[in-house]
Amino acid sequence: MEFSEHIKTANVEDVVLRQPLHPPSRGTLCITGHHLLFSDREEGSSRQVLLLLRNIDAIEKSVENLLGYSGFFSKAGLSERTSGSSGTITIKCKDLQVLQLDIPGMEQCLNIAHSIETLSCLDSVSEMYPFFYRPADLSLQDQWGLSSPESYYSQMKELHGRWRLSSVNRDYSVCPSYPPAVIVPNSIDDDTLRKVAKFRQGGRFPVLCYYHRKNGMVIMRSSQPLTGANRKRCKEDELLLQAVIDGSDKGYIIDTRSSQQAQQARMTGGGFESKSCYSHWKRLHRQMERGKALQESLIKLVEACGDESNNMDRWLSKLENSKWLSYVQTALSTAGLLAECVERDGHSVLVHGSEGTDSSLLISTLAQLIMDPCCRTLDGFLALLEREWLQAGHPFQQRCAHSAYSHTRLQQESPVFLLLLDCVWQLWRQFPLALGFSEALLLRLATEVYASDYGTFLCNSDQERCAVGVKDKTHCLFQALLRPREKDYYSNPLYEPTELAIWPSVHPQSLQLWRGFFLRWTQQIRHLEEAQEEIRNMVIEWGKLALS
Amino acid sequence: MCLQVEQVRLLDRFSSKSTNGTLYLTATHLIFLQKETFILHHHIASVEKLSLTTTGCPLVIQCRNFRMVQFVVQRERDCHDIYSSLLRLLRPGGYEDLYAFSYNPKQNDQQREEGWQLIDLGAEFERMGVPCDQWQLTDVNRDYKVCETYPRDLYVPITASKPIIVGSSKFRSKGRFPVLTYFYQEKKAAVCRCSQPLSGFSARCLEDESLLQAISKANHNSRFVYVMDTRPKLNALANRAAGKGYENEDNYSNIRFQFVGIENIHVMRASLQKLLEVIGSRPLSMSDYLVGLESSGWLRHIKAVVDAAIFLTKAVTVEGVSVLVHCSDGWDRTAQVCSLGSLLMDPYYRTIKGFMVLIEKDWISFGHKFADRCDQLDGDPKEVSPIFTQFLECVWQLTEQFPQAFEFSEWFLLQIHEHVHSCQYGNFLGNNQRQREELQLRERTHSLWAFLMSEKQNYLNPFYSPAYSEAHPVLEPSTLPYHFKFWRNMYHQFDRSMHPRQSILKTILTLRENSRKAESTLQALETVKVQRHEEDDEQEEVGEEAMESTDTERTVEGSSGTDSRKQSYGELEGTYNSDVAKEEPAVVSLEFGVARMTC
Repeated sequence: MEFSEHIKTANVEDVVLRQPLHPPSRGTLCITGHHLLFSDREEGSSRQVLLLLRNIDAIEKSVENLLGYSGFFSKAGLSERTSGSSGTITIKCKDLQVLQLDIPGMEQCLNIAHSIETLSCLDSVSEMYPFFYRPADLSLQDQWGLSSPESYYSQMKELHGRWRLSSVNRDYSVCPSYPPAVIVPNSIDDDTLRKVAKFRQGGRFPVLCYYHRKNGMVIMRSSQPLTGANRKRCKEDELLLQAVIDGSDKGYIIDTRSSQQAQQARMTGGGFESKSCYSHWKRLHRQMERGKALQESLIKLVEACGDESNNMDRWLSKLENSKWLSYVQTALSTAGLLAECVERDGHSVLVHGSEGTDSSLLISTLAQLIMDPCCRTLDGFLALLEREWLQAGHPFQQRCAHSAYSHTRLQQESPVFLLLLDCVWQLWRQFPLALGFSEALLLRLATEVYASDYGTFLCNSDQERCAVGVKDKTHCLFQALLRPREKDYYSNPLYEPTELAIWPSVHPQSLQLWRGFFLRWTQQIRHLEEAQEEIRNMVIEWGKLALS
Repeated sequence: MCLQVEQVRLLDRFSSKSTNGTLYLTATHLIFLQKETFILHHHIASVEKLSLTTTGCPLVIQCRNFRMVQFVVQRERDCHDIYSSLLRLLRPGGYEDLYAFSYNPKQNDQQREEGWQLIDLGAEFERMGVPCDQWQLTDVNRDYKVCETYPRDLYVPITASKPIIVGSSKFRSKGRFPVLTYFYQEKKAAVCRCSQPLSGFSARCLEDESLLQAISKANHNSRFVYVMDTRPKLNALANRAAGKGYENEDNYSNIRFQFVGIENIHVMRASLQKLLEVIGSRPLSMSDYLVGLESSGWLRHIKAVVDAAIFLTKAVTVEGVSVLVHCSDGWDRTAQVCSLGSLLMDPYYRTIKGFMVLIEKDWISFGHKFADRCDQLDGDPKEVSPIFTQFLECVWQLTEQFPQAFEFSEWFLLQIHEHVHSCQYGNFLGNNQRQREELQLRERTHSLWAFLMSEKQNYLNPFYSPAYSEAHPVLEPSTLPYHFKFWRNMYHQFDRSMHPRQSILKTILTLRENSRKAESTLQALETVKVQRHEEDDEQEEVGEEAMESTDTERTVEGSSGTDSRKQSYGELEGTYNSDVAKEEPAVVSLEFGVARMTC
């Protein structure tokens, strides 16, 4: 590892750190291959700030020549520097924290800034911190992950008649972004699957992702069919979908694009399932924003939250203009529609957009939370994320390379997962007893997905993770979150399981800005966190009382 | 008189659902059975009969507590009957017709009297440390001669003699001269209130100047007083042309003058109207909602009031300077700013009892014109304005920022709002104390405060921490725009499909209640044990038996708690896609405080 060549200055004394919610403090700054470490040296306090460089989204530096100017701290009788220059580095993190470092000496400042810039966006996955993180209480031999299509299949006895576990993708050759095992209709053999895969973008043929125990209906997901401009057909694809609804009169296809977008996709080789070829399937189009639009929305919203000079009108207009809450509303209502098709209407549904790696996953996850009580426990939710996002091939590395502050030209970045967490938070607010996990878990995931000590969110697919040995050489976040102490902290003290579906209200008046995330670093949110903590303590106290 | 119409449909304004039932009109209420809807006539702000449709004749009723209902009556004649009866019922001929005079909660005279004695403003000023060596009680307004919209008992600097007071009152709009409303004991700084001076372009009044001087002198910590004019500067300037205006810094020694720019009652009325129009229209996209919220200006006005209260609080608690607050007449914006400022400064006002005292002091006794502003007697529509509602909302915004600082929850605020308009209790009737005495409200009506106190359990905020208040006696809220939220539970109080299906508040209260019971059973058990032990007779066996019985009791409580929470699940009214949806019975329980009966 040649991190050292990027570090010209490893230590600087007399650095002043300004951090939200803390008074400024003076201490030593240290840069390592993966971290920025600040230790406060003032008497009576020994605060240390350890920041993963990967968490840094953008930095801004300003260097001033301070000849003849005695700084703020020198008046207080602290050491006076003879070199008359200093610099300030503003660090903007992916978890939305903004820090400021006042560094004495122009050269040191520039060196530090350079190191941060380079080390915070190293490309090589195997050089990332998870490969070096070795906490004492975790072992690399521990089980990795919580769930897989195999375990889902073996737990769901109801599936066994009509569905089978196929290992057609065991070497990732049929679909590089799918896991080795997938659940498909029993009557469809592997050869057929191979043909279907050729007819779907990226080989993402329809697979089962949820089985609704109450009525035996399922949610399938895939990518768009490659019908193209000349309306190509694929008998095997039609056969597969027919096998899904076997016996029932119809199924629904929820296309996460508008019908116009779906039409246009034909020009570039994509397309949709036409009425004539899939006569038993009814298509519903719901336009969901994706990709760049979503990333820009996040950038605008974070900008608005960071600008304290806004008056009320400007704030509301920027909030509206960012469209973030509109996307939250659309995601929740599309998920509601999906759940409605399955739970109330009693039909199976196939979900896809174009690639089937973003909004399809978003709404299938939300729909499962709405319908399935098993997904609402802490373990169940993490297992759901593992199945529906990690194994289903959401390209985390591409989507979460940068967050809202980055100046670099964005390419594949898109905060789909963050949007999911926001939607889950909205669900939690409307059903504060029905979810087994707390807001703290959502916040933790929102941080971990961008920068982590753990290997869980590395790479873009199961295949890539296998190739670099993520499961052998890093620790699993989900396992770590389920250690007893963490589990306590991330559980919802008011959790009260219910078998009922939890239908969220999607009226704009019922949705809110996720202040816990977007305004995380303000004093007001601390008050709310304290109140949450208070609830936890009270409930534990009462619990003890009831037991005694 | 009672009118009964059958086969009436009640439409849900946010979904396509409707309920069939029977509509009754009584002397005091409109009642719709099937859905347990009770609407007090005084709550109805407007009734509108729409043109006949194929299904019947629609009747839209808009209430002051932001309930909006639409009935469809099958026969037009019935609809017309309801409509015209309502119009008649909605126009009370005078105070005597208000519900408070006929409402009888089965209390005897003594209980009623005790209810009225619950709040004692004399005691409240004593709590603040007044009278003291600098402030005294004056009897100048004993007979409402100097100012008929002020209370009888007023507190002024000891150096302010009667001629000074009388002189000053002649120089102030409606005779509302500067008086003490809150005393910050720690710094001996005072919050005083008054109306605008009749200064015009150049008029002066020596008595008024010396009264301000006296207020300044009463505070040894500071050599000046702030004069806060809560109006926008432009409005104050315009008033000068009418012979009114604001204090000229040159004429008053040792004052610092400051405008804070809260808009007047007409702007506020229009703003709320706009807000209600936006959120009342049915299918609302997120963009429409946010744009509408912005263009209504409502949150901007809320922020302006909180900003002014913060300015007042900082001046008093940080600088230790006394402040004189006024607007035009000193009963709207002045009441908002003084009461909200006091709430920030003094933890007592953040308790249930203290909040009642605060409203009694700054709103009721100092003559906020409840009758006019809340349109109790179908008066001049230009006098109606949601000033008090705004105050309650400001308090709510603060409770959201400081979840541990308030003894009461939002249901307390909502209940007060409900009854400010219900005219069921005497407290808010009329425009000022003098009028209330003439109406003999204390003898003929009941006090809301006693009723709320008897229901105190329902209004507790489970997160309230007296220790927090001790550590943070003065609240320092942020008024960055993103800390303000739309108050859904107020403006959509009756639109159940919009609210969270489960309530943390309610759950915590239930849990706490259960644990209290468990605790007391446990304690009882301990005593039994100890007694038994003393008797030293088959102690073990009895202990076991008793234990068993508490156990069963606990499970019963536990499960009933769970049941009641289970009921709070509701199926979503309205669906995500109408061509897929099938009708399903809605299982919505009465959310605590949402569906209340007011009779």
